[in-house]
Amino acid sequence: MGKRNLISVGILAGIYLIVQLLVSRGVLLAYDLQILGLVCINIMLAVSLNLINGFTGQFSIGHAGFFGIGAYASAYLTVVHDMPFLLALIIGGLFAALIGICIGLPTLRLEGDYLAIATLGFGEIIRVVILNIPAVGGARGFSGISRSTTFGTAYVFMILTVIILKNFISSKHGRACIAIREDELASETLGINTTFYKVAAFTIGAFFAGLAGGLYSHFMGYINPAANQIGFMKSIDILIMVVLGGLGSITGSIAAAIFLTLIPEFLRSLAEYRMVVYPIILILIMLFRPSGLLGGKELSWDVLSSFYRRVTGKAQKQQGVSTNGS
Amino acid sequence: MDPNPLLSVSNLSVNFGGLRALSNINLTIKHGDLVGLIGPNGAGKTTFFNTLTGLCKPSTGQIMFAGFDLTNKAASYISRQGIARTFQNIRLFKSLTVLENLMVACHQNINYSFLTGVLKSKKYRLEEEAGLEEAKRILEIVGLSHHAHELSVNLPYGDQRKLEIARALVTKPKLLLLDEPAAGMNPAETQELLSLIRYLRSDLGITILLIEHDMNLVMNLCEHIFVLDYGMLIAEGTAAEIRSNEQVIQAYLGADV
Repeated sequence: MGKRNLISVGILAGIYLIVQLLVSRGVLLAYDLQILGLVCINIMLAVSLNLINGFTGQFSIGHAGFFGIGAYASAYLTVVHDMPFLLALIIGGLFAALIGICIGLPTLRLEGDYLAIATLGFGEIIRVVILNIPAVGGARGFSGISRSTTFGTAYVFMILTVIILKNFISSKHGRACIAIREDELASETLGINTTFYKVAAFTIGAFFAGLAGGLYSHFMGYINPAANQIGFMKSIDILIMVVLGGLGSITGSIAAAIFLTLIPEFLRSLAEYRMVVYPIILILIMLFRPSGLLGGKELSWDVLSSFYRRVTGKAQKQQGVSTNGS
Repeated sequence: MDPNPLLSVSNLSVNFGGLRALSNINLTIKHGDLVGLIGPNGAGKTTFFNTLTGLCKPSTGQIMFAGFDLTNKAASYISRQGIARTFQNIRLFKSLTVLENLMVACHQNINYSFLTGVLKSKKYRLEEEAGLEEAKRILEIVGLSHHAHELSVNLPYGDQRKLEIARALVTKPKLLLLDEPAAGMNPAETQELLSLIRYLRSDLGITILLIEHDMNLVMNLCEHIFVLDYGMLIAEGTAAEIRSNEQVIQAYLGADV
């Protein structure tokens, strides 16, 4: 493990310890901790949708459907079948991935607007199907789910999701996905099986959304099939995070997910004007940063160190010290 | 006739609805040939390339390449068998750098599973380094090393065409199809391109088939030329033979009234 990885682990562990410390001191209340847990779950959703929309360039707006499948499937397994939480969580994710393959194979032949509409339709089908299954509560919602997800669980799963997706993007498989976004025809003539990679990206995205769903239902202890929970309102929420953060930027998605989950809380003092201010903020950001907060850029140690060198470069030049890249 | 040609196309026809874009094409290309494909606009040259690379499905006929039947195969499969191409309207990965463009093309050379990619194991590092090495070597050959970290969209036009050739080369092709490689190039760039194409053929042993409108270039470069007109192969032969062929002159200049 390199020095930078150690620093990263240190920072991530530090954030967790600070949160725990603030909780034990009574600075952060249970409600605040719940918001932080939702931040983690939203980061998972935004980053996994970014793999499909931002990196592979397949415009999907049915992501909440997979979130719903994971939420309901894992809850059903723990409540009705008494399955251990972690196992149910993974199976929920795998089930979402399986549905992802089934939806991806026919719809990913479509492009652009047509794909968006098809995924929107499939998202709603998933929601309506869940709405009509009495075993999971139907329209009343599914209650009595054990609250097995803690802030720590969500935090760890969020970090794992980000690492796995980041590594995937920088592998040859991720490059194939990016090539499809850039020019599908050219990718195909370079030996990339574009259908395979489009479905793969869709499936991986669906898996992590399902995982986020399982975490969510066991975090809140209750889930219902409303549009803003697992329907298209939720899909749009996730899409806004991805677009606002920057299509094709993992750090952008993380920043936007944090920002958009926290901002309604900070605007709470504005009461009903909150829903006016929130969209105005979105409009302003899109006006001034049309390619998202980070565009396609990533914030990484390389970027930080080159920034550091640029800032300190002048001083070092005066002293005649050469910079080295380590 | 060579009993073992690299590429042999027999009775190839392509219909778009009622339009016959290619009709009954029969041709063979030997290993190590440098062949030109000419013809007036709309003669079906690019359609022929699209059919060879699997972007277009033939209506009838057969395409045999290095012992494999490529008829009706997927484009990615054909690429893996060793046919690479460039495009008439440049199709680079615009928001990626020059080197990243080539790393994408390394897809077939680099070999590891999803899991290895996610875990970044030693195999991942070795394979990636080998791919990068190869990409840099090709970049050296086409003379774009100094642009390695520039966005491909920012390259001058001639360099973009070269990068497309480089990207095709990374896939280690046996047959390279160049669709109007000199289009839009100035005379100096065209000269560089000529020597690059000769080098690819003589030193790397790649068989080349190129479409070109610059007659001078084709006549200078190619020892064998095919002429298409209205989807039909109307002539083939050496530059001298083509130049004096009645049908070719008619196709280009029109028949006497």
